[in-house]
Amino acid sequence: MKIVVCVKQVPDTKGGVKFNPDGTLDRGAMLAIMNPDDKAGLEAALRLKDEYGAEVTVVTMGLPKAEEVLREAMAMGADKGILVTDRVLGGADTWATSTTIAGALRNIDYDLIITGRQAIDGDTAQVGPQISEHLDLPVISYAKDIKIEGDYVVVQRQYDDRYHVLKAKMPCLVTALSELNEPRYMTPGGIFDAYDAEITVWGRKDLKDVDDSNLGLAGSPTKIAKASDKVRKGAGEVKKDLDADGAVSYIMDKLKEKHVI
Amino acid sequence: MGLEEYKGVYVFAQQVDNELSGIAFELLGKAKELAKDLNTDVTAMLLGSGVKGLADQLAEYGADKVIVVDDPELKDYRTEPYAHAVSSIINEYKPEIVLVGATAIGRDLGPRVSARVATGLTADCTVLEIGDFPLNPVPGQEQKHNQLLMTRPAFGGNTIATIACPDNRPQMATVRPGVMQKIDPVQGAKAEVIEFNPGFTPNDKYVEIVEIVKEISNTVDIMDAKILVSGGRGVGSKENFQILQDLADVIGGTVSCSRAVVDNGWMPKELQVGQTGKTVRPNVYFAIGISGAIQHAAGMEESDIIVAINKDETAPIFEIADYGVVGDLNKIVPKLTEELKKVVK
Repeated sequence: MKIVVCVKQVPDTKGGVKFNPDGTLDRGAMLAIMNPDDKAGLEAALRLKDEYGAEVTVVTMGLPKAEEVLREAMAMGADKGILVTDRVLGGADTWATSTTIAGALRNIDYDLIITGRQAIDGDTAQVGPQISEHLDLPVISYAKDIKIEGDYVVVQRQYDDRYHVLKAKMPCLVTALSELNEPRYMTPGGIFDAYDAEITVWGRKDLKDVDDSNLGLAGSPTKIAKASDKVRKGAGEVKKDLDADGAVSYIMDKLKEKHVI
Repeated sequence: MGLEEYKGVYVFAQQVDNELSGIAFELLGKAKELAKDLNTDVTAMLLGSGVKGLADQLAEYGADKVIVVDDPELKDYRTEPYAHAVSSIINEYKPEIVLVGATAIGRDLGPRVSARVATGLTADCTVLEIGDFPLNPVPGQEQKHNQLLMTRPAFGGNTIATIACPDNRPQMATVRPGVMQKIDPVQGAKAEVIEFNPGFTPNDKYVEIVEIVKEISNTVDIMDAKILVSGGRGVGSKENFQILQDLADVIGGTVSCSRAVVDNGWMPKELQVGQTGKTVRPNVYFAIGISGAIQHAAGMEESDIIVAINKDETAPIFEIADYGVVGDLNKIVPKLTEELKKVVK
């Protein structure tokens, strides 16, 4: 079985964010990690590899430094890494990103594609389902359990108040929730091997059946009109030196003042 | 085909088990405002099996037209038949705006449909308005009017971006539940009902539903609560949530929680407030033992009154709380409950 896992290098949102003058994100200026949902997807793929035997290829699109997440994935147990990077791909929205990744995946064989549900920078959850549409594959989003039964994948798909057990014929695409599992650590031997491993690097010319008009910032239907740091609601009062009785009467007074009680 | 041929504001009227979801009414409320600005009307897309009877309810909440796709293939949500139905409606009727709830269904359906009809999609919007793109005139670039401007948080709530889709139609957005306001229903309102069926031919993309497992819930929806008593990691244990429950009981509130509490298995996911949980805007939000990370704040900072109790005076929750108390929740909360018992009958 051949499994492709799509991962994204994302800025760690705890460290604050920076913008380029054109309103797009300045990813180079932020600390970078493997997106958590993608890491869960990778772990799911590695577990399928452990159980059924599989070749796991990790694909990422990004700046040249995104190679780091491929090496991390290989140190965890992935077999191959493909980096899709090219200046003309920059500033892509989810349509242009999914078009690009689909163009890369048309070059390789797969039975199952796993992506994370969403990335912590954009929080859109759109790229996985959009890739599946471009490749004309069945899609199952929000997976909290993934099993293989012959030519089929059987997935628990989470909804608000229920889950569906879904069965799809492979090839298909599944998007993983971070609740799916606890990703393994890199092994020392794995880190050593991953450091030396060959990473395949693809650019624009390597994308198959993709029109230039659908790539990068220019090929993105959505355009940023304005981006800014969020204006936070102003702080109210904080009482630091009240004992429990004082704190209770303070809260009671405010609840009365606001006619809550 | 010209962009100006696309007309009308369409909403995906999500139903589950033939009961309309709250988000359907919220989208209609917003769609009505947008339609007024554009001098057009509001159409609800109602998909399911045996759902035609729900059309009147959509009319009462603001739909001028309801397009019903009624087919056994649509009984329970599945990506492919739903995406086929919505894409077919878009291709047939050419709406200028399509709104979908940013629910576990809508965030699967939206991207699949937008990729199929080759347009942009903006995720999880919290503000929608009609305006110009670019916002201000730029020399050498045409400023387009009457565009849908879609505002959304990104980077875990650290930033906010306003996005337009000037050159493709329809302009599509998924909209965060709990943010838009539904209108007061107009009793007896009727919509023009249009039955439409694009035909369904099952193939491998029609994923089989083997089983549906409902997760039984005895709790009320925290999005509907007027008062929330919300606990975080600082509450310390599942058992200790009893003191929050006691407070909630006496003041007529509902218990909710932060993500850490769900991760620790103290409370079910459906009670989680925040970026990966639910967005709430109660009259009063008690944040008890919640540090108030930005991901949590994103789900509750629109609350009318925020009362925070935390032993750590540097906790970020104090930056958004209206009334904050630094202290031991184990002492303060039970006393507060006792005091409230005296005044609340």
